[in-house]
Amino acid sequence: MKMGQSFRLAIKSLMTSKVRALLTMLGIIIGVGAVIVIVSLGNGMQQYMNNQFEQIGVNMIQVGIYSYGGNRQVTPDDFYTLADKYPQYIDSVSPYLSATTIVRQGAQEYERTKVYGVSETMYNSEKGQTATGDKLEEGRFLSYVDVERNQNVCVIGSYLNEDMFGGQGLGQTLTVGGVPYTVIGTLAQKADSTEGSGDDQIYLPYELVEQLNAAAGGMGMNSYLVTSTSKETSSAAKGVIENMLFRIYGDSSSYLVMTSAEMMEMMDSMLGVLMTILVVIAAISLVVGGIGIMNIMLVSVTERTREIGIRKSLGAKGRDIRSQFIIEAGTTSAIGGVIGILFGILLANVFTAVVSVVMADAQGFAAIPNLSGILVSFGVSVGIGVLFGYLPANKAAKLNPIDALRYD
Amino acid sequence: MEHLIELKDVYKIYQMGEETVHALDGISLTVDQGEFVAIVGQSGSGKSTAMNIIGCLDVPTSGTYHLGGVDVSTMDDDQQAEIRNKMLGFIFQQYNLIPKLNVLENVELPLLYAGVSSGERRERAIQALERVGLAEKRKNLPSQLSGGQQQRVSIARALAGNPSVILADEPTGALDSRTGREVLSFLQKLNAEGDTVVLITHDNSIAVKAKRIVRLQDGRIIYDGDAHDPRAVVQPDVEESREAREVLNL
Repeated sequence: MKMGQSFRLAIKSLMTSKVRALLTMLGIIIGVGAVIVIVSLGNGMQQYMNNQFEQIGVNMIQVGIYSYGGNRQVTPDDFYTLADKYPQYIDSVSPYLSATTIVRQGAQEYERTKVYGVSETMYNSEKGQTATGDKLEEGRFLSYVDVERNQNVCVIGSYLNEDMFGGQGLGQTLTVGGVPYTVIGTLAQKADSTEGSGDDQIYLPYELVEQLNAAAGGMGMNSYLVTSTSKETSSAAKGVIENMLFRIYGDSSSYLVMTSAEMMEMMDSMLGVLMTILVVIAAISLVVGGIGIMNIMLVSVTERTREIGIRKSLGAKGRDIRSQFIIEAGTTSAIGGVIGILFGILLANVFTAVVSVVMADAQGFAAIPNLSGILVSFGVSVGIGVLFGYLPANKAAKLNPIDALRYD
Repeated sequence: MEHLIELKDVYKIYQMGEETVHALDGISLTVDQGEFVAIVGQSGSGKSTAMNIIGCLDVPTSGTYHLGGVDVSTMDDDQQAEIRNKMLGFIFQQYNLIPKLNVLENVELPLLYAGVSSGERRERAIQALERVGLAEKRKNLPSQLSGGQQQRVSIARALAGNPSVILADEPTGALDSRTGREVLSFLQKLNAEGDTVVLITHDNSIAVKAKRIVRLQDGRIIYDGDAHDPRAVVQPDVEESREAREVLNL
C-alpha cells in the first residue's frame, strides 16, 4: 500500500543523507535516552530501597518522641507494658537511640560509625537476630543486667571487628565518647563490611547513649523501635502505640509513629515526585528534538518541491502527500527513539557499574529500564515526529502542482 | 458524438500587480478520441496555460471545460487530482522522474495513487515498460539511463494509468534531435494504436508530426486545422513568416 511505500521512501531518504538524519534525530535520541536513564535510575532506586526495607524488616515501627519537659515522659517500661498487653500485635520493643559521637580504638578514629542505644529486647534469641536483622557472629548480645546496670559493654559490627581487631574483637576494648567499652559480642557481616556501611555500627545500653547525648549538649531524640508480629498487624500495633502516647502527652504533635510500610510509601512518593520533575526536564529535550525534525522537514519539503509537483500531476491528493511526509517524520523520530532507547539502556548500565564502584554501600543497586518506560518513550518519540511533521507535511500538501512542477 | 476534450469560451486572467494579464482570451476547442493535436505557440502565447487547464492542473477564470463529458472546470484540488490520475498521462520536457525511485516504482506511481493493488500495479507497470522497450531496465534508477530512455520511462508512466489523453509538454525539448525524433515517432505510434495525444510545443518542426495543429497567439487561437496546411506553420507577427505568407500568397 501507499503506507508501505512511504515508509520505504522515508528509510531511503534517511539512508541517502546519514549525517543529516543523525543530526535531525539527535534531539530525540538525547531526549529518549535521558528519559530511559532517569526511569531506570528511578526503578533501580526503588528496587534498592525495597530491598533495604526487606532487609531491616517490613514489621518495624519507629517511634520518635519530640516532647521534653512536661509532667510525664514515656518510658521504656510503658512500652514493655504495652507489648505485654498486646502480644497479638507487638512482637518486640526496644529503645533505639542514635548518638553523635566519635568512636576510638587506640589512635584510630571512626567518625562514620553509627552508635545505637538499645535494650536487651532488641535481640530476639528465638530468631537469633536483632529487630533490624543483625545476627551474632561471636559472643552474646546485651543482657538485661548490662542494660539495667549500664555496664560499659558493647556489640560491634563486622567492619569494626575486622578493622580494629583483625576479627579478634571479643573481650577487647574501644572508647565511645571517651569512655571505654568492652566488646561482648560481634555481629555477622550484613552489608559489604566497609566504612559507613551497615557493618560499621555499635550497640550500647541505651541509657549510656542518653548520657552521651546529654553530655554532647544535644537533647537527642527519644526514640523506640517496635516490631509488629507481622506485616499485617503493623497498623494495629501503630494504633495501640499512638493511643498510649496520646494518653501520656495529650497532643499528637509530640510524637511520630511510623511503620515500615509508611516509610516506604513516603520514600516512594518522594522518589516519584523527583522522577516526575526529572522526566519533565528530559521531555523538554524531546520537544526541542521535535522542533529539529520540523525544521529539517521544512527544508526537505522545499528541496522536494518538484517531486511533490510530479506526484500531484500523477494524481496524488493533498492527503497522499501529507501522509507521506508525516510518515517520513514519524519514521525519523521512531528510529531516533530506538537509538535513544538503546543509548539510554547502555547509559543505565554504565551508571549501575559506576554506582557499584563508587558507592560501596549501594551493593545490589541496578538501574534497569522497565518495558512500559521503553514503550512509552518509543510512543512519545513517534508522536513527536508526527506532531511536528504535520506542519511541513501540510505545507507540502498545499503546494500548487503547477508551481511545484516548475520549481528548480 | 461527445467530444473527449471540449473547451468553451475559456478565459484565464491573472492579476499581476496593477496589470491584468489575459493568458487565455476566450478559447474554444474540441478534441476527439484518437486525435493527435499539437498546440503550438511562442512563449507567452498562452499554450502553457492551455496545457495546465487541459491537464486539470488549473481551472479557467471563466468558461467551461468538459473532459470525457464531465465538467472539470469547477472541481476542487482533490477532485482534479483524481481526474488527472484516471484520465490524463503527462509527459514532461524534464522527464520528471523521481530520482530516488527505480524505473518500475516510477511507472507504478499513478497506479499507486489510483489504489491499485501491488501485484496488479507491478504487472501493469511492466506491461507499460514493455511497450516502450525498457522492461529490462526496471530495477535501474533514472540517473542510470540516458535522456531518451528516461523520456521513454516517463511515457511508460503516462501509459500505465491507461489514460484517455496523453498530454506531452515539449517532450523533445531536452533531447538531441535523433532521440527527439524517436520519441515523436513513438507518440505517433501510440496515436496509431488509438491513443489520443495532445502535444504542446513552440517548435513547428515538431508540431507538424501531429495530425492537427492549434496555433495560439496572445491567448487566442489563430489557426486550428490540418497540420499539413502551410498556414499551420506561419506566424503572423514574425518578420520571416510575413515573408512566407507573401510567398504563399495568403
